[in-house]
Amino acid sequence: MSSRDDILASIRANLPRADRPLPHVPLFDDDPPASLMSAFKDSLHRMGGMFLDPPASGDILAPVRAKIADAKIVCSTVPEIAGNRDVVTVGMPRDLADVDFAIVRASFAVAETGSVLLSDADLHVNGVAYLAQHLIVLLDPADIVVNLHHAYRRPEFRDRHYASFHTGPSATADIEGVLIHGAQGVRSLSVLPIARAVGNPTH
Amino acid sequence: MTMTPERTDSAMLHSELRVECDPDAIIRDGHRLDHAEGTSKPLRPAPEPQPRGAKVRGNRPIDQQEAAARFIAATEHEKMHDERLWDLRQKRDREMHGIPEWEELRSLASAIKEHTLTHLDEYLDQFEANARSNGIHVHWARDAAEHNKIVHGILRDHRATSLIKSKSMLTEECGFRHYMASVGIEVIETDLGERIQQLDNEDPSHVVVPAVHKLRTDVAEVFSHTIGTDPGNTDVHYLAEAQREATRPLILNADAGMTGANFVVAETGTFVVCTNEGNADLSANVPKLHIASIGIEKIVPRLEHLAVFVRLLSRSALGSPMTQYTSHFRGPRTGGEMHVVLVDNGRSERLGLEEFWTSLKCIRCGACMNTCPVYRRSGGLSYGATYSGPIGLIIDPTFNARKYSNLPFASSLNGSCTNVCPVKINIHEQIYAWRRVLVKQHEVPLAKKAAMKAAGVLLSRPAAYRAAIASADTALAHLPRFVIYNGLNAWGKHREVPHSPEQTFHSWYHANRGAKR
Repeated sequence: MSSRDDILASIRANLPRADRPLPHVPLFDDDPPASLMSAFKDSLHRMGGMFLDPPASGDILAPVRAKIADAKIVCSTVPEIAGNRDVVTVGMPRDLADVDFAIVRASFAVAETGSVLLSDADLHVNGVAYLAQHLIVLLDPADIVVNLHHAYRRPEFRDRHYASFHTGPSATADIEGVLIHGAQGVRSLSVLPIARAVGNPTH
Repeated sequence: MTMTPERTDSAMLHSELRVECDPDAIIRDGHRLDHAEGTSKPLRPAPEPQPRGAKVRGNRPIDQQEAAARFIAATEHEKMHDERLWDLRQKRDREMHGIPEWEELRSLASAIKEHTLTHLDEYLDQFEANARSNGIHVHWARDAAEHNKIVHGILRDHRATSLIKSKSMLTEECGFRHYMASVGIEVIETDLGERIQQLDNEDPSHVVVPAVHKLRTDVAEVFSHTIGTDPGNTDVHYLAEAQREATRPLILNADAGMTGANFVVAETGTFVVCTNEGNADLSANVPKLHIASIGIEKIVPRLEHLAVFVRLLSRSALGSPMTQYTSHFRGPRTGGEMHVVLVDNGRSERLGLEEFWTSLKCIRCGACMNTCPVYRRSGGLSYGATYSGPIGLIIDPTFNARKYSNLPFASSLNGSCTNVCPVKINIHEQIYAWRRVLVKQHEVPLAKKAAMKAAGVLLSRPAAYRAAIASADTALAHLPRFVIYNGLNAWGKHREVPHSPEQTFHSWYHANRGAKR
């Protein structure tokens, strides 16, 4: 017998004789926060992320331009901001190891946890979101769901080969509980609220 | 760097570890950040040589008490370990109170796992079909040896000689690094804690925070010998940054990447990996080849069920609302190749153990370890096994009943583990049940047997138990010390027995509430 058949046969021989029906999972959305945006912002800050408030001038992209002003290499996958490294021409993920800032757009965000979902469609090269020193994520305020139960109803989990919740930057506290940002991946994660450009839907 | 004096409201076990100003703290919006495994309060133990773990001698029973005694004797290590894990437990409680449906989530998680385990063959079949149709190669391994051989075969087919990997308890269970070293493949752990342990040639001591038993001075020493840091510099930011810089080229040049999985979704053929460092995503997304080793019990039926577990995992483990990265792999990326190895290694047999099969519900969060008074004071390495703490006590004997025969006795049966378990495993009852099984199998020495027999008689007769507890409490108050702290009572050796209550709960209930019924 193959290992597969052996294992399945052993499971069948050992299955507990117990009736355990699959429960219904509620959406737990009876008491949503007054503002999904401000709930998202609070959660993001708790997790070490930064929310880029739109400046009074009305120039929404100004905080991003300020962040990348001194950066040598910027890799942008969004039309709103131009970079100087085109992700489409990247042959191997490791060619992105020198990127200072990556700029991408999130599929959606979760207010409960402050997470943004980045899929392979958003990233083009998945590695860019981990190899860059810093990550800037554009988020359409209309794309925030209240909690993870709602999040898992989104199509990305059925359509995409890769989809990752980023909740703040790479972090560790493996030494004496001292919190470090930038353990292996990005040292910072910033989220800029900005509506999707018209005519540029992801779905 | 911030020098803000901090106030914390939660009580400390060892207040002497407190420092007034913490240059390490990251302050946002006026609050100390304590997400991931970060402490909620600044702690500074004094330097001290690191105590080592249990002495493992082949198949001979592990002497957990002996190793625990050495850990306890290293007072700075013991205090720090105790305090840090208790802090994680307190953070977990804080998160629990923030979610009104917490108890409902625990019940759902337990019910979903029990349903899935009682239909495990069907869901594995479904996962395999869906993963294959998404382009994932699916392999099956009966045991650790077969797992290692399969992974080796995949690497050989790709002429891969270096492998970057994220933390996986399953690969620890399989002795994977040891095997790979024997066939000339370089394995590089990319989780900071696991990397520290790999460089120190020591097993992980905790399922979530593998180097939690080490002080910063211990890490500085390991790194100075291995990655060339300044032996006099024990700054944690310096040590973490040095490791990042040393590991990055190894990540960029590795031939293959490996991860474990926290969850598997049958309906979509997805596996899910949770990390705080993003190291699993680097391992999976930088090399062309990604291999995932997955225990067969990790499966859930549908995405709606996954939501329940993702909400519970990091909150239970670290008191953080979410891991920094929760990544869903449904198929290889363009130009890449993805393999999944489904591993049994004793799990299907465990499913047939009437008293113990629900231990397969475990999601490896470590909450039971963080709350356990024995684990917190003795350190994970004292157990001399892949799994330590309360969950280890009920899993390890299924691998080797003789070698781990002492472990189910490393518990006060206080039940705290059961209370915090996000999937409601009756851990302390299974610990007690294992004692009975091991006594029956003659794996337990005489002194323990005599005490067990007496306890067994009492516990099976509620009236006698209540009478005994009442008189035991009276006796504890009056007996001379040598009766309580004698050689037969192992857990009296290193600690004071708590003051006994003036009244038992049962008699209090009878006097105060009984009449209302």
